[in-house]
Amino acid sequence: MPETQETIIEIKNLTVGYGDTIVLQDVSFDVRRGEIFVVLGGSGCGKSTLLKNMIGLHRPQIGQILYDGQDMVTAEGAQRRSLLRSIGVMYQSGALFGSLTLMENVRLPLEEFTDLPDPAMDLIAAMKLQLVGLKGFDHYLPSELSGGMRKRAAIARAMVLDPQILFLDEPTAGLDPIISAEMDQLILQLAESLSMTFVIVTHELPSIFAVADRVIMLDRRTKGIVASGSPAQLRDTSTDPWVRSFFRRETIPAVMRQEDRPPHE
Amino acid sequence: MNPSIIKPSATLPGDICRILEHSEETLHLSLAGRLDASVTAQLWYPLVNLVENAAPQLLRLKADDITYCDSAGIGLLMELARRQLKRQGQYSLDGLKEEFSHLWSQYQPKDFLEIRSSRPQPCCLPEETGRLAVQAWDGMLDMVRFTGELTLALLHAARHPRTVRWPEVWLVMEKAGVNALPIVGLISFLIGLIMAFQATIPMRQFGVEIYVANLTALSMLRELGPLMTALLLAGRSGSAFAAELGTMKINEEIDALTTMGLAPVPFLVVTRVLATIIIMPLLSLFANLMGLVGGAVVLLSLGYPLISYIHQVKAAVGLLDLTGGLAKTLVFALIVAGVGCLHGLKTRSGASAVGDSATRAVVSGIILIVIADGLFAVAYYFLGI
Repeated sequence: MPETQETIIEIKNLTVGYGDTIVLQDVSFDVRRGEIFVVLGGSGCGKSTLLKNMIGLHRPQIGQILYDGQDMVTAEGAQRRSLLRSIGVMYQSGALFGSLTLMENVRLPLEEFTDLPDPAMDLIAAMKLQLVGLKGFDHYLPSELSGGMRKRAAIARAMVLDPQILFLDEPTAGLDPIISAEMDQLILQLAESLSMTFVIVTHELPSIFAVADRVIMLDRRTKGIVASGSPAQLRDTSTDPWVRSFFRRETIPAVMRQEDRPPHE
Repeated sequence: MNPSIIKPSATLPGDICRILEHSEETLHLSLAGRLDASVTAQLWYPLVNLVENAAPQLLRLKADDITYCDSAGIGLLMELARRQLKRQGQYSLDGLKEEFSHLWSQYQPKDFLEIRSSRPQPCCLPEETGRLAVQAWDGMLDMVRFTGELTLALLHAARHPRTVRWPEVWLVMEKAGVNALPIVGLISFLIGLIMAFQATIPMRQFGVEIYVANLTALSMLRELGPLMTALLLAGRSGSAFAAELGTMKINEEIDALTTMGLAPVPFLVVTRVLATIIIMPLLSLFANLMGLVGGAVVLLSLGYPLISYIHQVKAAVGLLDLTGGLAKTLVFALIVAGVGCLHGLKTRSGASAVGDSATRAVVSGIILIVIADGLFAVAYYFLGI
């Protein structure tokens, strides 16, 4: 792993939510350059909300989100655009543009943000599609592809401008085990060969064990981080029974079950 | 270096790319600095032209001085390598820094010998014509199939009225009918007003301004009231039906209905068609009234009392004119709702397909309404209505 101790994203005292509903309170963590960082937690614990705040779609209620020292929350105009250029996002269902072919989807950021000539854009788009294993599918429409292929095409589109950080929202959810394993391979290969930093939101255990350098685990009860470390460490040494159960895929006593409680406060 | 081989518009930026050796067999280039998207954009055509024109047996690239190279830069190197391979020449790339050679080693130039454009292009006119003909034929077949299916579903609904989902019919009636009252009223009022006003000027020359009432009443009741209502509804509700059903189609909701054993036509289309058939004559009646009010405003302003306007209108038009106009609206309603739903159900994929469906629904709805109106005019003429 080309992982270093250098911090690339720093989250400071982040409180996020919708209106009066607080989803996460006073959360702080950092992501190091070149690592594969996984955000996980049970359903409804705020993983996706955290992601949407990190990529600038939502504005947090309190706190700072620093990319290389620049705050995404307060950035405006050109600074914000350059920050957004340094990240790529793959959405859960791909979010490919349905009326464009795969190649046009991948080419779109190149057309908008570079002055490259047409043949150059075609070649680069074809190269990116080959990198995610979709060579020969250039002319397919997203609706003609399987879910896994759509996710891979979405990764190709997210990284066509060589972002330093790639955010993946549930990259393996709903895929069969073989395709999931291929996705994990792809992520590892990209991280290694392109030295990209990955921030992945998921709750697929096999994927977490396969790719994650470090995980943080969010919890609905405390509205914050309940555990952090490498996945094996959390599984074997965590003192929190809920965390241990999560990693061992066990059921937990009903009194502790989070999903059954309505949001209080 | 032979200057004639480079296009005048495309000069090679000397600080980035230098020619170290240029002989019959070998072209030796050195690249330096940042190879990012903007530099690559400048370099692309000059460099490709240079190499194409020189057509060397061996292309050597010296990459020691490249300080940064992203996918765009790798793309440029790939372009040179693959062109060299296509020409069955040799290439060598030396001294690329380790971090970039990682990136380079992800790809094989032989995989990219043929680069396709981003969208399949029809080869020639016959292919394009054939494609359009097949599409038009499919469209006709769809229309026939849909009409048959809708007719059966409507007959079934007439025989078993309890199977119709009436709550949904009421809802569509409210959305497409009640909520359309202001716009229908406004447009018809203005049409009546403008028509009466324009007619006054020539009529005054003959001193027969009162006949403006006849003109307004006849044209509103027989023609403009129903027609304007139908056109407004095609724009307002036909497009809405197409967009709603189209979104359901791309979200697989239509598939879900089908697998539940609920055919989309009886379940979704019949309710909309019934609702439109019920509200269109009512809206049209309202449009007639508002048009007459518009005419009345003009005549009142000319000094005629309201009662003489009313008498004149009563003398000019009969029940047959009114019902003849309203009968047309039933057909218009069928066209508006049917065409809207048909195009909605035919939506392919993607958000823009929904927009296309809505556009098609409005355009073909309006065309069919106008054609139907023409046919009615001919039929009424021969029937003496």
